[in-house]
Amino acid sequence: MSTFLQFFLHWLTSPAQWSGPDGVPARVGEHLYYTLLALAVAIVLALPVGLYTGHTGRGGFLAASIANFARALPTIGLLVIIVQGLGIGLLPPLIVLVALAIPPVLINTYEGIRNVDAELKDAARGVGMTGTEVLFRVELPAAMPLILLGLRTAAIQIVATATVAAYVGLGGLGRFIFDGLSRQDYQALAGGTVFAVLLALAVSLVFMLLRRLLVPRGVRLQEKA
Amino acid sequence: MRKLIGLTSLGAAALLALSACGGGTPASQSTAKASSGQVVVGSANFPENVLLGEIYAQAMQGKGVKVTKKLNIGSREVYFRALKKGELSMLPEYNGALLTYLDPKASATTTDETNTQLKSKLPSGIVPLDSAQAEDKDSVVVTKETAQKYKLSTLADLKPVAGKMVMGGPPEFKTRKQGVVGLKSEYGINFKSFKSLDTAGPITVSALSKGQIQAANLFTTDPAVLTKGFVVLKDPKNLFGAQNVTPVVNDKVVPANAKQIMNQVSAKLTTDELISMMKQINVDKDDPADVAKEWLKKESL
Repeated sequence: MSTFLQFFLHWLTSPAQWSGPDGVPARVGEHLYYTLLALAVAIVLALPVGLYTGHTGRGGFLAASIANFARALPTIGLLVIIVQGLGIGLLPPLIVLVALAIPPVLINTYEGIRNVDAELKDAARGVGMTGTEVLFRVELPAAMPLILLGLRTAAIQIVATATVAAYVGLGGLGRFIFDGLSRQDYQALAGGTVFAVLLALAVSLVFMLLRRLLVPRGVRLQEKA
Repeated sequence: MRKLIGLTSLGAAALLALSACGGGTPASQSTAKASSGQVVVGSANFPENVLLGEIYAQAMQGKGVKVTKKLNIGSREVYFRALKKGELSMLPEYNGALLTYLDPKASATTTDETNTQLKSKLPSGIVPLDSAQAEDKDSVVVTKETAQKYKLSTLADLKPVAGKMVMGGPPEFKTRKQGVVGLKSEYGINFKSFKSLDTAGPITVSALSKGQIQAANLFTTDPAVLTKGFVVLKDPKNLFGAQNVTPVVNDKVVPANAKQIMNQVSAKLTTDELISMMKQINVDKDDPADVAKEWLKKESL
């Protein structure tokens, strides 16, 4: 562990790491870009499906089964196969990252909406709300903690896995890891790894803040009780 | 089919990665010494070397030499030690790689230089036989279209046009002498940029055939050269050194007629022959033993 720390500190303090296209800031930027892009695509694809299936109770099992299948795909294997068809570029790693992020987003949204207290839904309809109003004004806020948990899981998995983008010639923190491995430059390897972990921690923090902002006070109080 | 190639290459990569870890292998467990007159043939654990082991072993068997095969052994550290200890009596080696293993500072570039230095570095009792023309080494390849467009046949031809080309290869190719650095210092080649991909694997092959890179680092015996019609650029300045297939034997236990048979095999073994046999193994999924048998029959060995 101490050698790992030495590697990391030595690498961190060398000025070459802090500027240019191979520097830490540029690589962290690329990494965040891949992460946000993949997360956004996953949300656009999975959130509506989760809301719909959870609200109507229709097709939920099928959607969850497909999502679970996607979760079982080995990332690097899938990436290599996609590159055979599409060539290198941003699309192949984006596809595998989205495939990784869809299951937690979809399943948590579906379960969250489906498990909202039936009496609550009845009451909402009782006061004259339409189906859409029930979904967005009652079910969605009540399911928010679980949905955010799904998004957080997805985001952390993407941050950790976006390193594979470097395997097909792109940038990101994986560049330090793959280059370090093949050039036996273990300082770069240690540096890339530590920054990927730090980024995952930062993502966790962001979601803690989002939770404060997006989960209604009533739901939070209920959770505590 | 493409998927299959990809998966095989992944498998091969995994095997290579495993072999780097060494570990328990049949040879290291075996304590039996080869008795005189009996030739114990070893090989490394990647398909091409297993094939070479089969070729030399079957050629000797066909001429009545008693042969035991112990193929598919982990890393050079393991199988070369087994040869020194007499547990193996013959290995199908690559002269440049073995020389570098014995003397990391060795600087030989041509086949002759490499073999001369190799002879002086080998431990006593271990001798190299004749080298085959066949070489498995780093190379720069381009598609047939690129080669025709710029009239490329050797690395020297790249100099005036490299500025328009993106080179792809494993990350270490960018920083080492036998890579982008040497291409610049020896041939004056400056590529437009370098893309870090995999080590002569499916990613590099796919990027080159789709035109996303214009030059790639592959090994000279890569079946993709045949299946995709890539052109391997010649290396007149021997930047990538010599990696001829060269049997090394334990001099005491291998009889003279066996050495003669192996030299006859090496005399017929060219890089092109090796590529087409590797295609049979990697792409058509044939068994190395059958591929070896068929080739020996074709060459009447």
